Amino acid sequence: MGNIVLEKVHKCFGDVEVIPSVDLDIKDGEFVVFVGPSGCGKSTLLRLIAGLEDLTGGKIIIDGVDVSDSTPAKRELAMVFQSYALYPHMTVRKNIAFPLKMAGMPQDEIDKKVMAAAESLNLTDYLERTPGLLSGGQRQRVAIGRAIVRSPSAFLFDEPLSNLDAALRVNMRIEITDLHKELKTTMIYVTHDQVEAMTMADRIVVLQAGDVEQFGTPLDLYNKPVNRFVAGFIGSPKMNFVKGKDADEFDAHEIGFRPEHMSVSTTKGRWKGVVSVAEHLGADTFLHVKTDEVGTLVTRSDGEINVNYGDTVYVSPNTDKIYRFGADGLAL
Amino acid sequence: MATAHTKTLSRIMNLPSIILLFIWMIVPLGMTIYYSFQRYNLLTPQRRGFNGWFNYEFFITDPAFFEAIGNTLLLVSGVLAITIIGGVLLGILLNQAIVGRGIVRILFISPFFIMPTVSALIWKNMLMNPIYGIFAHIAEFFGADPVDFFAVIPLLSIIIIVAWQWLPFATLILLTAMQSLDQEQQEAADMDGASTLAKFYYITLPHLARAITVVILIETIFLLSIFAEILVTTNGGPGTASTNLTYMVYNRALLQYDIGGASAGGIIAVILANIVAIFLIRAVGKNLEA
Repeated sequence: MGNIVLEKVHKCFGDVEVIPSVDLDIKDGEFVVFVGPSGCGKSTLLRLIAGLEDLTGGKIIIDGVDVSDSTPAKRELAMVFQSYALYPHMTVRKNIAFPLKMAGMPQDEIDKKVMAAAESLNLTDYLERTPGLLSGGQRQRVAIGRAIVRSPSAFLFDEPLSNLDAALRVNMRIEITDLHKELKTTMIYVTHDQVEAMTMADRIVVLQAGDVEQFGTPLDLYNKPVNRFVAGFIGSPKMNFVKGKDADEFDAHEIGFRPEHMSVSTTKGRWKGVVSVAEHLGADTFLHVKTDEVGTLVTRSDGEINVNYGDTVYVSPNTDKIYRFGADGLAL
Repeated sequence: MATAHTKTLSRIMNLPSIILLFIWMIVPLGMTIYYSFQRYNLLTPQRRGFNGWFNYEFFITDPAFFEAIGNTLLLVSGVLAITIIGGVLLGILLNQAIVGRGIVRILFISPFFIMPTVSALIWKNMLMNPIYGIFAHIAEFFGADPVDFFAVIPLLSIIIIVAWQWLPFATLILLTAMQSLDQEQQEAADMDGASTLAKFYYITLPHLARAITVVILIETIFLLSIFAEILVTTNGGPGTASTNLTYMVYNRALLQYDIGGASAGGIIAVILANIVAIFLIRAVGKNLEA
């Protein structure tokens, strides 16, 4: 079981308010990703759930039990740290066995569990090595192994992939997703990478300045962002925003449209502009078009488009895929 | 040093300092070895000549010899034990966030700056003196008989004085090591359900292994040759109860004017130091490998 409820969770560091008030209800077995720009309080929120930071106010309830004042160990959560935090002088075997040893489990049972965890993570050949002799991906697996052996009620991941190279990151992303499908345990995952968030999450929590901006499925966030911040944060490249008379036309303070919902033409269109950057990625081409009327717009078109730096193009948004925002930033 | 050319060049450039250091080491050693085989007493300088192994035989058969070796080892191990255990505990205390931490740390380090003769005299005259020492006053306040430290427990008294001098050094090294302990590792141990004691035993202590090794090696080098503290407090006595090898060599050379015998003692001390070093490197040296 791993149902985690936050009620009016509040955290200050001295005079600095990091998290004003957060309410969340994370269901058992859910994969929830906390995402937001750096300094938005996502790691602090995770550490509050883990019990590594004390609450200033509010309550944390795990499976119906108020754990607000419990020590980290009592909460029966497992955490994978950004630096992996492996014990450098212990072998992989001892690292994985450490939480079981601390729990006072008999040795033969520990051995069995460690072997099972090592097999599922392809670590059997490395059990006698120390972490210093492992590659980044292997260390990551050991950290996960140490987390899964004690069958916690939920896993907490604090930006676990940020120290890996791009190819390995994609692999580990899939491995963690598979692990979640296999264990069906609640997972809370902190990242600043929205690709990780979109690909892994059942539901995403978008945070800004310690506030929950939106809590929903990845496609909800993409299709129905509640405000301008979520609209701008989710999606890559970022959504384009336009104010003024173009927005008035749609009866809004500001309108937004995604790069992939725009058309580019060399002959006619809504706004005329000059290509300032052309990023040819092969499958896609991103154009940064400098217009006189509405500033720089980013468009996404397929790879074949034959437009280069300095060309004059016309861009127009796809009118049925326009997001409208009021003066307060909320979606209309 | 990428190419063979730069390699040769660097060797040539290193050569002068290496030669100088070698001469620095080999000349005194050679002279000591030479004198150790000579009959050479400053009281009868005219009776010089080759003496065979007599000086060694004479030094080793001295009834004080084995006591001196025992005292040397006791002194080293006693001070090491006190400074390392005390250093770890003090390091933990000083690693806490307290008001005025910087000043407290400097206060802790200060005994190390006091020269051995001075600190030994202060301990002898102000603290351990059986008549007007502070310890005597404390003992009298509680109605106990004052202890005449240097008469009753001479070696232990010297161990206490030397430990007091070296405790700051050990504390400083161990404190620095503690500060480099990864915060996330401790948090991971918290999550894994480790108690404070378990965290100390499984996380902090292994992390300190290298620093402890450094402390043991460096302190041993200096503690094998403790001299000033003995000279100003007990003069090696009562009898030979606080004579270590260094003091015995001094006694032979400058009190008995026996240059040959003292040289033999010096060579024996060098051999003993090497034996200790081999054991130490075997025992703790593996901690220094990365």
